[in-house]
Amino acid sequence: MSGAEDIKELIEQSLETSHVEVADTTGGGDHFQALVVSSAFEGKNRVQQHQLVYQALGDNMRERIHALALKTLTPGQWQEGTR
Amino acid sequence: MSEIEEVKVQIGEAVANHPILLFMKGTPTFPQCGFSQRVIQILESYGIEFRSVDVLSNPQVREGIKEFSNWPTVPQLYVKGEFIGGCDIVVEMHENGELAEVLVAGEPAEARSEG
Repeated sequence: MSGAEDIKELIEQSLETSHVEVADTTGGGDHFQALVVSSAFEGKNRVQQHQLVYQALGDNMRERIHALALKTLTPGQWQEGTR
Repeated sequence: MSEIEEVKVQIGEAVANHPILLFMKGTPTFPQCGFSQRVIQILESYGIEFRSVDVLSNPQVREGIKEFSNWPTVPQLYVKGEFIGGCDIVVEMHENGELAEVLVAGEPAEARSEG
């Protein structure tokens, strides 16, 4: 796994997402920020929403990704534009 | 009991015994990571008392806290025994006013909103 595209793919593979943005914030391939919009987040608190994304990334979170600034939204929140 | 399980029991006790407990890299005076530093700045802005645990000086806690919270990164903030979140969540709750409620009332807003 090398970059933002791979992280995006991993998230999309294991979560029902309607929108995912991932950016490599330093260009070094280990600091990222991500915006994830998913219907799976409905009825969950922020901790549970972030845990779903961390689960999707699995060992990558521990081994390759040094930092991931994460923003999670439900499709409803995303449409309201409350970013 | 395995070593990691013992550490998790100790973490559970620490979380239960300290109303506001931050697991971080470094100390409040000398944070060793920008994310830990950010959370310290926010907590200090409320002028409240809190305890911190330096995971860098204790590798077992560093691993144990990840399993304990099912959360892969440090810092991690606990208030009255409830896991509040990592840096992103603390920053977000600070900005939207939820953190002030949690720290003052001592009851996590997340838990309340779940009813």
